[in-house]
Amino acid sequence: MIILTGNDLKTGDVIWWAGETNWSRHLSDAVDAGEEADAVLQREDAARRVNAGYSVEAEQTERGPMPLHIKDRVRASGPTVRQDLAIDTNIPIEKA
Amino acid sequence: MYQYDKYDQSLVDSRVAEFRDQCERRIAGEMTEDQFKPLRLQNGLYLQLHAYMLRVAIPYGTLSGDQMRMLATIARKYDRDYGHFTTRQNIQYNWIKLEDAADILQDLSTVEMHAIQTSGNCIRNISSDQYAGASAEEAADPRPWAELLRQWSSFHPEFAHLPRKFKICVIASDTDRAAMRLHDIGIQLVENDAGELGARFYVGGGMGRTPMIAPLIREFVSADDLISYCEACLRVYNRYGRRDNKYKARIKILVHEIGAEEYKRQVEEEFAHIKTLNLDPPRAELERISEFFAPPAFDAEAPTEVDLSDPDFRIWHDQNVAEHKNPAYAIATISLKPVGGIPGDATADQMDLMADLAKQYSFDECRVTHSQNIVLPHVRKADLYALWQKLDEAGLAPANLDLIGDMIACPGLDYCSLANARSIPLAQKISQRFADQQRQKELGELKLKISGCINACGHHHAGHIGILGVDRKGVENYQLLFGGSGAEDVSLAKITGPGFTEDGVVDAIEKATDLYLAQREEGERFVDTYRRIGMEPFKEALYG
Ligand code: HEM
Ligand code: SF4
Repeated sequence: MIILTGNDLKTGDVIWWAGETNWSRHLSDAVDAGEEADAVLQREDAARRVNAGYSVEAEQTERGPMPLHIKDRVRASGPTVRQDLAIDTNIPIEKA
Repeated sequence: MYQYDKYDQSLVDSRVAEFRDQCERRIAGEMTEDQFKPLRLQNGLYLQLHAYMLRVAIPYGTLSGDQMRMLATIARKYDRDYGHFTTRQNIQYNWIKLEDAADILQDLSTVEMHAIQTSGNCIRNISSDQYAGASAEEAADPRPWAELLRQWSSFHPEFAHLPRKFKICVIASDTDRAAMRLHDIGIQLVENDAGELGARFYVGGGMGRTPMIAPLIREFVSADDLISYCEACLRVYNRYGRRDNKYKARIKILVHEIGAEEYKRQVEEEFAHIKTLNLDPPRAELERISEFFAPPAFDAEAPTEVDLSDPDFRIWHDQNVAEHKNPAYAIATISLKPVGGIPGDATADQMDLMADLAKQYSFDECRVTHSQNIVLPHVRKADLYALWQKLDEAGLAPANLDLIGDMIACPGLDYCSLANARSIPLAQKISQRFADQQRQKELGELKLKISGCINACGHHHAGHIGILGVDRKGVENYQLLFGGSGAEDVSLAKITGPGFTEDGVVDAIEKATDLYLAQREEGERFVDTYRRIGMEPFKEALYG
């Protein structure tokens, strides 16, 4: 599946596309953008609902969508060395 | 400390106003990210893995107490209560909001700070020796020269769009605490036989994917020509440095490709021309600048003895305190490397405390070192014990300067969008494995440096032990390197062989240090033994 991420323009928060015009700070809310990925990114960028958006290859898991690349899993979890600042410490960083 | 004149202040103020307008236009949608990105980068604002990141310049690593306090305030008011001191003697904040960015720069400007030229293909913050003005061995205080270079390079129109970023370092002693020869230009101030001040110029060093040690380009440039000579070095680079390939654009590649001799010939030719332009400021200007760096009013009555009866204090004193040119004073290094901590990170409270201690004990001055520590340059020996007690209470007294626990680590994959692997968790594991003070001390000087990718922000090429994070089919993997140095015995580290997992690398380091302990001769550091016996025995121990 293809999911979309980027940053909130004003706050810089990492956000995930949750369908329509919705963005969430939680990876678990991300939905498959499929073939529409580029079109959605363009539209959402133009509306400034996302900044520096890009598409991420992911797989559906028991926990919901999980990016294939470690960088995006760290992105979704927050810094692994500051659990107090993390968004979701349950995201497996290393490949299972 | 240098103080802004009205030109400095108005430059910074107008830049804040300009950036405020740019941020507002971006937020209002009047600019795209493509248009805005170069503008924000010119003000130190990056977009990183989790958020915007702001890099604030700390000119030649020197901070007043008020400036340090402002760094704390920014961490508290706009970030998440901490900041990261970097190998370029700057500070980075990891959680900045675009809507706050202009306010932050405004707050910084009230203490004569900014984020200009902390990114992009321009001359970056000048780095220097953290012991400047305090060490007995320097030919001159390098800070006035670093300040002169800062003024010359700030908004220098000809060098605003170089082929690639450009880093200059100025030191003034044979001991190199600033990795001088791993800079694009490394300058060592020296006296010639006639007792005149001048500079040795090394050009074309750097780390990154193609590490190089800067060759000597000129043995002696008169101090009166320092700016002109820099100008000549930059001009030749600006004209011939490659702009077609980002990976071959640094000056080190140019110097390497045409050869140091040919580069020097061209610089000399350009210099002969530039000299006629009288670019160097008059002596009076240098003297004006130098007055800001005049030695503080040292207490002539202060005792030269230190009471070392407290054994814990003694350990810290032996490790983290260096000799000062004044026998009643000392240079104290505050290690930002607690066991299991994040190298270079300091909380807002810790920064406030360091600001207070600088004020109380060090003539209101502190320095950031390239190994991510903080130095109080002028502490009365009689005050060291009280200082240590306050540091210890705040978790700021690890007694590990230059030991294995005092490692450098870049932010790595925990924060950096360019990273291949995490650096910090590895640093934490190594510091825990070698936590025992006796053991660290037994291993002696051992500079361990970790980068999360080939860009080498964590100086792994210059580590006695270097570690480079790589991506092996989507899994974090670490290459181990031995034999580098960023000091006066400068050398580039060599890869040991196949990479390791995170735990594997910690074990490998232990095997290597065990071998060192078994093989070392009297007085040898880890790197000396490595240089004497070579890589083979280490390979045997690691992979055999
Ligand atoms: C936003 C995060 C960062 C980015 C995007 C970044 C990017 C880079 C890149 C691309 C290079 C390679 C330049 C080249 O080879 O031409 C580099 C080098 C370097 N960076 Fe960073 N860096 C970051 C953070 C840091 C930090 C946190 C430090 C200090 C701990 C640092 C210090 C350095 C140093 C010392 C070098 C090598 C010196 C040289 O350029 O030759 N950087 N950086
Ligand atoms: S070395 Fe790589 S991972 Fe580390 S800070 Fe630099 S760019 Fe990021």
